[in-house]
Amino acid sequence: MNGSHGAIRGFADIYRTLFALELSGMLQYRAAVVIWLFGLVLQPVVYMVVWLTVAESKGGQVGDFDPGGIAAYFLVMMLVNHVTFTWHMFEMGWRVRSGFYNALLVQPLHPWHRDLLQNLAYKVITLVVLIPATLLLAWHFEPTLHPPLWAALVFLPALVLAFLTRFLFEWAAGLLAFWITDTSGLNNLYMAFMLTFAGRLAPLSLLPETLQTMAAWLPFQWMVAFPVELLMGRLSPDEAIHGIGMQLLWIVIGFGVMQLSWTRASKRYAAVGA
Amino acid sequence: MNALRLLAIFFRLGAMNELQYRANFWIQLVRTMMNLGFALFAVFVVYDHTDQLNGWTSWELVTLMGVWTLMGGMLGVVMQPSMEKLIEDVREGTLDFSLTKPEDAQLLVSVGQVRVWRLVDVLAGALVIVVALNNMGRETGLREVLGFGLSLSAGSVILYSFWLMLSTVAFWFVRIENILMIFHSMYDAARWPVTMYPGWMQAMLTFLVPVAFAVTVPAGALVGRLPETWLAGTAGLAVALLIVSRWFFRVGLRRYSGASA
Repeated sequence: MNGSHGAIRGFADIYRTLFALELSGMLQYRAAVVIWLFGLVLQPVVYMVVWLTVAESKGGQVGDFDPGGIAAYFLVMMLVNHVTFTWHMFEMGWRVRSGFYNALLVQPLHPWHRDLLQNLAYKVITLVVLIPATLLLAWHFEPTLHPPLWAALVFLPALVLAFLTRFLFEWAAGLLAFWITDTSGLNNLYMAFMLTFAGRLAPLSLLPETLQTMAAWLPFQWMVAFPVELLMGRLSPDEAIHGIGMQLLWIVIGFGVMQLSWTRASKRYAAVGA
Repeated sequence: MNALRLLAIFFRLGAMNELQYRANFWIQLVRTMMNLGFALFAVFVVYDHTDQLNGWTSWELVTLMGVWTLMGGMLGVVMQPSMEKLIEDVREGTLDFSLTKPEDAQLLVSVGQVRVWRLVDVLAGALVIVVALNNMGRETGLREVLGFGLSLSAGSVILYSFWLMLSTVAFWFVRIENILMIFHSMYDAARWPVTMYPGWMQAMLTFLVPVAFAVTVPAGALVGRLPETWLAGTAGLAVALLIVSRWFFRVGLRRYSGASA
């Protein structure tokens, strides 16, 4: 009893220390951190303007979105995408090629913990810039957002689950770097899927029907589109419960895939540069 | 003349270097197909809901995507890798090797690195442009083609000068490779006609990072939606920026202190 209690406390200590470490690491590269943010802000704005222009050409409405709705969708999407996004798949290839994994593998902790904390540290720092940027854009594009109270409350847990779903999947996908040396092509393909099926190119209801059906069978929409539509008040309570259920399901699948591939990947690892 | 001869030599050298890695050709081909495929897919999704975007018909927008791919390839073959290398050389001090050669320093750093496989983008972009023009249902006259040629050259000169000035900043602030990220995001935004964006974004894409001149202007010239004054303005800006960037590079060069410092 005492032993397991101590283990949990020890774990919390490790988390706190590593988080402080990653945070101070990020603060070293303040300028770079802000520059990285630029693309994360610009891309949703580009697609927002595309759809606003489409709406304008059709007399103000596209699908069931009016200009205020389009602005709200893409601004909320920008925030959700920012909170959930990860870069670990891009780093994984470098880690394997450079032998950087050596340092992580000797630590008595699964490397995904470290990446999770690094991710959180980045988000904490960048929100300081992102929130004013969002307000400025909101002032310019005039979004209309009136979520019912229950939806606004469910939004936060849905956002956390969305982050976990995306983190686990992208971490597991990044592990392919242990088998394939150059993963940039696969990463590109993943990004195209992500943009389409997570609702980042357009709200899912504006996609052709075949693609909407495909989206239902893929995990991507639960990583971004679902929390966005929830906060926009576009979902019924039943749909919200279904969505949370799907998120939990994909988290279990993602975790399983990650653990399984990690065991195999770390066995394959040849420690380049050792 | 000498400049062209040097460019040819560096190009051959770079080509020979990369021909050792033939598999990279296939990787580049897949990458080009994916990027272009996604760009065209986005056009398809958008035009599923409308028949014009900011006045551009679907085939006109496909032409623009072709120009975007073509220009991206043109920049990617010599200019972009050379400038990335310049930034690295300044940081590492290896710029010594270029400066000690008995040739113009700007010329040497501008052709220092060649990625031949990016020519795949150039060809794919050209192919898309030809197909789109054929499907547009109207003749493309000599005037449009000449305007396109002129603005494409002027646009690449503008972007070259811009990159040279950006890289020159490395002489003062050593770590600037992250700034390149901003360029890539901006170039991505140029996939759509810049006239579509609100005023402040247009200003950003035209004057802060001049990607508008590289994509929207040549594509506009080709589909005949570019006023002649714009064409003249683009050519004038190209000449002006070329002169300014050369001057700025020389000022920056004086600050360079070498590898042993």
